This record gives sequence, C-alpha cells and structure tokens, in this order.
Amino acid sequence: MDDVADNVIEIRDLYYSRGQMQIFKGLNISIARGMVTAIMGPSGTGKTTLLRLITRQLIPDRGTILVNGVDIATLNHKELYQLRRQFGMLFQNGALLTDLNVFENVAFPLREHTRLPNRLIRHIVLTKLHAVGLRGAADMQPTQLSGGMARRVALARAMVMDPEILIYDEPFVGLDPISMGVIVRLVRQMNDALGISSILVSHDVQEIATVADCSFLLADGKVAASGSPDELSSTSSELVKQFMHGMADGPVAFHFAAPDYTEQLLGRDSD
Amino acid sequence: MRFILPRRITPSSCWAGIPTNAMIRDLWYTLVEFFRTFGAFQLFFLRLLANSPSILLHRFNLVVKQVYNAGALSLVIIMVCGLFVGGVLGLQGYSSLSKFNAEDSVGTFAAFSLLKELGPVITALLFSGRAGTALASEIGLMKATDQLSAMEMMAIDPLRRVLVPRFLGGVISMPLLAVVFSTVGLFGAHIVGVNMLGVDAGAFWSQMQTTLEPKDIYEGIFKSFVFGVVASLFAVWEGYNAIPTAEGVGRATTRTVVISAISVLILDFMITAVFM
Repeated sequence: MDDVADNVIEIRDLYYSRGQMQIFKGLNISIARGMVTAIMGPSGTGKTTLLRLITRQLIPDRGTILVNGVDIATLNHKELYQLRRQFGMLFQNGALLTDLNVFENVAFPLREHTRLPNRLIRHIVLTKLHAVGLRGAADMQPTQLSGGMARRVALARAMVMDPEILIYDEPFVGLDPISMGVIVRLVRQMNDALGISSILVSHDVQEIATVADCSFLLADGKVAASGSPDELSSTSSELVKQFMHGMADGPVAFHFAAPDYTEQLLGRDSD
Repeated sequence: MRFILPRRITPSSCWAGIPTNAMIRDLWYTLVEFFRTFGAFQLFFLRLLANSPSILLHRFNLVVKQVYNAGALSLVIIMVCGLFVGGVLGLQGYSSLSKFNAEDSVGTFAAFSLLKELGPVITALLFSGRAGTALASEIGLMKATDQLSAMEMMAIDPLRRVLVPRFLGGVISMPLLAVVFSTVGLFGAHIVGVNMLGVDAGAFWSQMQTTLEPKDIYEGIFKSFVFGVVASLFAVWEGYNAIPTAEGVGRATTRTVVISAISVLILDFMITAVFM
C-alpha cells in the first residue's frame, strides 16, 4: 500500500487553518486504489474540510495533495474542472437540484458535459437509477423523496459520469436501519463492480467496520491511527479506544475547556 | 481558478506585530475589508459579463427560462401597479392642470412622467422586491443546501450554469417590464382623464404625440436597462455570497432590496442629469 503509484490520492504534510483555528497540522494520508477508505474522527476534526481540500474547493495553507500523481495546486481553472470529472461526490444531504426532477437530476451531468442523443441519456439514467433501486421514482421531485431516497438518487447522479473516485460525505447520517443497510451495500457494490476507489467520511463506527478496507482516524489535525477496522478496534491507544467504543470521557474530554468549577460557582468575583 | 479572491484577513494579520491603538486597527480593518469586498464585487461583475456572450449564444434556453421567472411572473404586479400609478397621474394631473385651464395636457403630463421617470424607477423597485429577492433567496438556498458545491464537483461552473442566466434574465426583463408598466399606466391615465373626468380623447393623444420625442422614450428604456443590470447584479451577488444558513439567506434577501433601491434612485438622478 506504500507504493505511490498504487495510491489514488496522496496527502503530504497538509496544513490548513480557518481563522485562528488550526484544523490540520501536518496531515499525511495515502488512499489506495480500488479500496474503500474511511476517514473517521470526532465532530469538528475537519473531515468534511479534508474532502473539500482534496477536491480543491478549499486551498491548503501548506503541503501537497496529489490525485493520480498530479499536484492539484498547480492546475488552472480548466484543468481543475477536467480533474473533477474523475470525481463523483455524494453530499451529506444529497444536494439534489431542487428545480429538476429525479430523472433530470441524474441526467444533469450528461446534458452539461456530453452531446449524447436523448435516447442514450434516457438509457444511461434509467440504468443508474435501477442500480440504486429508484427507477420507479424517476418522475418525482426531490422534495417528495425521503432522506434515504434522496441520497440514493444523489449516488446515481455521482456515478452517472463513471468516475474513478467516489467520495461520500457522511453517507449514514440520519438514516433508518433499512436505508442505512441499503447505502452500505451500495457503497461496497459500486466499489467492487465498477473498480473505482471510494473515500468515505463518517463517524458511524459500526457501518465503517462492515464496509471499509482501511480507515484513518483523525484527531488534533493529524492521523491518530490507521489500519483495517479490526486493527483499529484492537489497538491500545486510549483515543482510538474511546472513539471506537463511544466512551463519553477520555483523551477527547467530555468538558469543554472551562475555568475551575468550584471557583466559578463559589467565587465572589462573578456577581 | 482565474479569479481567486485574496484571502480574508483577520484584524491581527493586517497589522502583523505592530502594536497600535485598537480603534485605528479596527478602522484599518474595516477599510481593508471594504476594498476587498469592492474588488471582489468588480471581479464578479466582470466574470458575469465575460461569460454572458457564450451563454446567450449557446445556452439561450436557460436565459429564456429566467426571463420567464423574472419577467413573466412579475407581469401581474407590474400591470396592477402601472394601472393605478397611471390613474393617480390622471387625477393629480387633472386637478393641477385645470387650475391653468390646461387639463387637455393631462395625457402629455402622464406620458412624460411615466416614460421618463415613473416607469423605469417604479418597475425597478418592484422588480427588486419581487424578482430580485426571489433570485437572491433561490441562489442563497442553493448554496446553503450544497447544490452549488455539487455543481462544482460535477465540473459544472455554477457561475455559468446558475448565475449568468439569472443575471441576463433580469437584464432582458427589466426594459420589457418598464415598457409594459408605462403602457398600462397610460391606459390608466386615459381611463381616469378621458373616461371619468371628461378630457377630450383627441386632445389627450394628439398633444402627447406632438410633444413627446423619441429621445424621451429612449431615455426611459436606457434607464430601465441600467436598472436591470444593477438590480440583477446585486441579487445574484448577494445570493452567491450569502452566509449558507437560514438567517444568512434572509439577510441577503433584505440587503438585495435595500441596496438595489438605493442604487436605482441614485443612478436615476445621475442619468437624468446626463440626459438634460
């Protein structure tokens, strides 16, 4: 896995800050080709920010990000858009275009990027919708869909241009167990059947364990631990243990930084 | 990206290490922020303009849809307001002109007021209230629900796909709406002046015909074109730069109306002065 050519994304020594807050401090991650890679971490560790950095919706303060060996910081507007065609991204809430119906949402990238005849577009779109089990919902409006359905439509749309890399931003949040199972199965199926690489940002430890080949646990702006889900759950690191087992207190403190409790309650200077 | 905005500065970063008075520092910060925003606004406008020709040529269907949204859907409010403004002009014109026995000129009075001033200005104010707010909140919501990011990720430039067609839709609609407003307004003045107050219909139209010059009409159309650019520009700018939360979108909508209204009235004065 350390062979650079086998890595679809290479992040080296990444620094990024927002305002006064340092989000990444020398982050190093290699994402292997053809695998499902999970990026985990407590809320606020910058998981979504990392996705936006990988796709250059944000620009790092320092460090390099290589996608298929290309440093994305060196690309101009046109080359960047060319590169983004290799990506498919599933947003947390689906991000379906509200003025188009389900069919047109999935057809949207095809209509924008290609001059395919309508019949072929119809064919492709219906195939993709069938793959996520929503061929019957083609005429519905995004507002009529449940959260799980919207995410499946968004997944169909993310796949429609046959990307090399599929990125999922919190795909399991707010789903009922059935929808969750459907999405987990789809993530695995898409990855294996289409031979793509998947990157999954999530903090649902259980689901990650069933679907990911490799996980990175982010904490404090760096990778705190990495490896297969089994390796992570059998680790001795206190932080990893706390995260994997969902313990309320530990290295990630339950209490937000605050002055001394007794002093604040009984102190005379606070009246 | 060709136009990358300069990084947002923080109060500390623009005075790196220099100890100074807090008030001066805040003032300096505000000033730098103002110019940063102003520069970004100009770049934004230039990008809209630079992308307009190709959208007009190759994606005209997108523009047509926006002309429908901004123009056709504003027709009812424009026509109702036009009718009543025209009616008021008929009443006011008649009551003041009859003091000089010049009530026959009520048509001319209404035509001048509507074509040169009230048509373009009131249309622009109504437009920013009806279509401008709709644009700003639509774009702001698209941003808040990640639709714009999703487009960027699909390698589709939201500026070209979303903003330029909406901007052009507004620019094209505004002069058309102003013409409709003035026409319906004249009709309203005619109902009040001729049908209700008994001004001679022949005098009403013939005086208007002899005194009005094409230049007066062009002035009104030119004004409404400029107002169309301004109102649409502020609407898409505010929507695109809205803070992506419910509150942020609400605030962007309010700002759109306020800034558009102020700019329209100031520009109206300037253009009138130039045309004198």
